[in-house]
Amino acid sequence: MNQSLHEHLIRALKTGKRFDNRALTEFRKPVKVETGVIKTAEGSAKVTIGETEVIVGIKMEVTKPYPDTPDKGTIIVGAELLPLSSPDFETGPPGMQAIELARVVDRGIRESGTIDFNKLCIEEGEKVWVLLIDICTLNDAGNLMDASALAALAALKDVRFPKYDGEKIDYKEKTKQKLPLDSNDTLEVTVVKVGDYLLVDPTTEEEKVIDARITVSSKKDGTLCALQKGEEMPLTADDVIKMVDLAIEKAKELRGAL
Amino acid sequence: MAYNQRLENRKFDETRKIEAKVGVIKRADGSAYFKIGNTWAYAAVYGPRNLYPKFLQNPEKGILRCHYNMMPFSSTGDRVRPGGSRRSKEISMVTKNALLPVLDLKEYPNAVVDVFIEFTQTEAGSRCAGICAASMALADAGLTMKDMVSSVSVGRVDDKLVVDLDYSEESYEGGPVADVPVAFMPNSGKLTLLQMDGEVKKEQLKELLELGKKACKDIYEVQKAALKKKYEAKGGSQ
Repeated sequence: MNQSLHEHLIRALKTGKRFDNRALTEFRKPVKVETGVIKTAEGSAKVTIGETEVIVGIKMEVTKPYPDTPDKGTIIVGAELLPLSSPDFETGPPGMQAIELARVVDRGIRESGTIDFNKLCIEEGEKVWVLLIDICTLNDAGNLMDASALAALAALKDVRFPKYDGEKIDYKEKTKQKLPLDSNDTLEVTVVKVGDYLLVDPTTEEEKVIDARITVSSKKDGTLCALQKGEEMPLTADDVIKMVDLAIEKAKELRGAL
Repeated sequence: MAYNQRLENRKFDETRKIEAKVGVIKRADGSAYFKIGNTWAYAAVYGPRNLYPKFLQNPEKGILRCHYNMMPFSSTGDRVRPGGSRRSKEISMVTKNALLPVLDLKEYPNAVVDVFIEFTQTEAGSRCAGICAASMALADAGLTMKDMVSSVSVGRVDDKLVVDLDYSEESYEGGPVADVPVAFMPNSGKLTLLQMDGEVKKEQLKELLELGKKACKDIYEVQKAALKKKYEAKGGSQ
């Protein structure tokens, strides 16, 4: 870790301001969600948070269900930190950051009951719908996690089933059918700790000196459905509760952009 | 049989609707998007920057690397698996060859200029759109350039010679089809990309190259206007 940057940031935080003049628990502006941006996807959304831009596209396929859930459809979430979006990203197979990003977004959706997977079953044990949810970064200016989760939720709401005749999917023709989504859906917000301070929506510069972070997936009614602690600093139970509270509050705010 | 009517009443020598913008990726040293019909290319340039591993370095001049990639949801059919394919590797290579002639990399020994071309959605003509976006991004990055590169596909659909084939024309089944992606340096009039797949007569090829050159001139105007717009806007606000 860059120790002098860490100290410098903490000095700024003591005055209640960050390098970009934001308050500690303030998201960058704008927080913008555009849906239906990809014509070739069954559902899509582009999310802008400050200068960070992420696109999520969802393609749908029909596949054989997993043997332990023969009557349930499924999701597969992938994330690509495209080298186009940052000088720090390289070509090649996904690294740790991309894998974590995809898995945390995946858990947020999968475990929350946002999607009624039973309704994605076409023929028990034989055919179910699978949602291929792909996250692609356009510009990484920090906090890809929250931008991706927001884009994933917006893209799910944007999905229209393609035409399916029982044999083949006609991707050219979209039906009016939407996904079976619960209105009590889930959204993720990451709270980071630097020294003794809690912040949301870190920039790439701040991300370099984070001591700990928790990504909290919470439903509209405040129920928690996925958590992920990151970085090396240990946390007290008290820290965790404070961070979760902040995340739930911020999730409400972010929903305003949907 | 004859091919008489293009979709959306397009004339045979008319491209699909084009939209271009420069400076769309803030982290990059230069960037642009180029949208033609439903094909949408983003390009970002990073560099000249240090090149590692060291054995790749050339002490006489900088090198250019191009990476063509389709986002997983960008195809009209099934999901595109991430990671390079033989197709994307080949297109990356011809893209590099299409762009290299306008650059002077002697100023940057041992360095690399990376061009990343990504497609959010595609429907025919992606390599050409990628080259157009990339050359705008290179200019936006402030690299010394002799000329721009403008690119379009021309071809034959049955008895007609056409500019900028769409998906329905690439997959036309009523007669022979040929797809000829070309790129020109619009000022010198020289060709930097030429591929073909299909059947054409030699006389037709000559005519197609003329059609391509003319269409590229029009595309060049769009590219230039987009570049000017970014820098005019900057001047105005200061």
